[in-house]
Amino acid sequence: MIEIRGVHKQFTKGERRVVALQDIDLTVAEREFVAILGPSGCGKSTLLNMVAGFDQPTRGSVKVAGEEIAAPAPSRGVVFQEPALFPWLSVMDNVVFGPKTLGQPAASYRARAAQIIEQIGLSGFEASYPAELSGGMRQRVGIARVLILEPKVLLMDEPFGSLDAQTRTLMQELLLALWERHQQTVLFVTHDIEEAILLADRVCVMTARPGRIKKSIEVRMPRPRSIESTTSPEFNALRREVLDLIREESVRAAMETERA
Amino acid sequence: MRTRLPAPWLLVLPALLVALWHFAVDLRWVTEGLIPSPAQVLRSWYTWIFGSTTAMLSPYSGTWLDNVVYSSRRVLQGFGLAALAAIPLGLLIGWSRLASRVIDPTIQLLRPVPITAWLPFAIAVFGIYDASALFLIGLGAFYPIVVNTTHGVRDTNLLLLRAARMLGAGNGTVLAKVIFPSALPSIFTGLRLGIGIAWTAVIVAEMIAVKSGLGYVLWDAYYVGRMDICVATMFSVGLLGFISDRLIVWAARFLLRWRTLEAHG
Repeated sequence: MIEIRGVHKQFTKGERRVVALQDIDLTVAEREFVAILGPSGCGKSTLLNMVAGFDQPTRGSVKVAGEEIAAPAPSRGVVFQEPALFPWLSVMDNVVFGPKTLGQPAASYRARAAQIIEQIGLSGFEASYPAELSGGMRQRVGIARVLILEPKVLLMDEPFGSLDAQTRTLMQELLLALWERHQQTVLFVTHDIEEAILLADRVCVMTARPGRIKKSIEVRMPRPRSIESTTSPEFNALRREVLDLIREESVRAAMETERA
Repeated sequence: MRTRLPAPWLLVLPALLVALWHFAVDLRWVTEGLIPSPAQVLRSWYTWIFGSTTAMLSPYSGTWLDNVVYSSRRVLQGFGLAALAAIPLGLLIGWSRLASRVIDPTIQLLRPVPITAWLPFAIAVFGIYDASALFLIGLGAFYPIVVNTTHGVRDTNLLLLRAARMLGAGNGTVLAKVIFPSALPSIFTGLRLGIGIAWTAVIVAEMIAVKSGLGYVLWDAYYVGRMDICVATMFSVGLLGFISDRLIVWAARFLLRWRTLEAHG
């Protein structure tokens, strides 16, 4: 579904050239849930932005469903770290922004919107403005406005990163439930090891800058999963494995910063 | 949080100023006959508004409303034209790098020229007609609106633009549904500054470029030594400026309800 081949990304920061991503190869199968895990500044968000169409690789190709990506499109829904809702629109209007923009008839999306708002547990808040909602509620609206378009691919850029621990757990369970139901191909960027293992079929651990994929680890835990899955011995074994990989990277990154 | 002070507190300073004014005249702190007392101004203002029963033939008897209407109409027309031109232009300059390169430098170059300096030019081109006044008012109000609109557009959150694109929005939708509402608070700031300048401009224009309105009365009254009418005109303009500003603030508050929620949330 998603094919990333030999992707390089370079930025110019004043005089300096920074290699953000190096030799990235990654294939995500249809309906697969892949988490990209890495230290901050490793370029994982850049990678996601390229799949979204917000950014282009310096070299290499990014294809979704066999087509090279040139621009953002509703078939690739993005959930950002900040909810990025339109603050002047109500919850309902935020959710139906996509279908309305695409010219779908109101009769077809109204019912769907009500259904999705119910799935994310915001029935009764349709007329509220984003400013009246908590961070977790806003992020749920951010997910709903994407799901209503039934995208083939769901791209999530640390969507729960700014939430408190308790809300984050609830959101992870909600996402699992939604994913069981909608079954999209998901690319999920995070720096939270437990989140990655809990949610994903496969966790790709990235190196510190320049970002490369260090290792890809299959998560063979049974679904449906819930927060209880995080107490199983399998989960802990995976956690240890990923933690060691990440620690190696953090140490390497710290040493490089010292040298620089 | 700020709490609203009870009404009496708001009146303390104005009352003190009026008292100072009264005693300055009454106790001859200022040269006699130069400055009218508050009571005198009130009496003249009353006659100017409602006319006088002792049928003296005075140009300041019962003509207040006519002149208020003249001036208000000019402000409304000039300000309206300015807004109609400046908002779309500001959106364009903020949105398109090309438009910004082509148009913005010229605006920045012309902007420091005070509208008072445009007066001779306006009269030469438009004559002693309403068009002169409208030109000056429109020009004065144009700059703050265009500059603030441009600023508002450029301030649009990149994430919101990306979100709109990802949800299928093209250029037109992004402009109308994301950039415009996001720039609206800035646009209203521009409108408030613009209406203030429009009132300044109308007085200047009416003093010289036309023969009616509050500015004309102000200058005319000064010439014939009616300082009481001058002061009454100053209060009238102040009041009208205040009211038009409040109207814009109310419109903004209504259209930007989502923002007041944000401020309290």
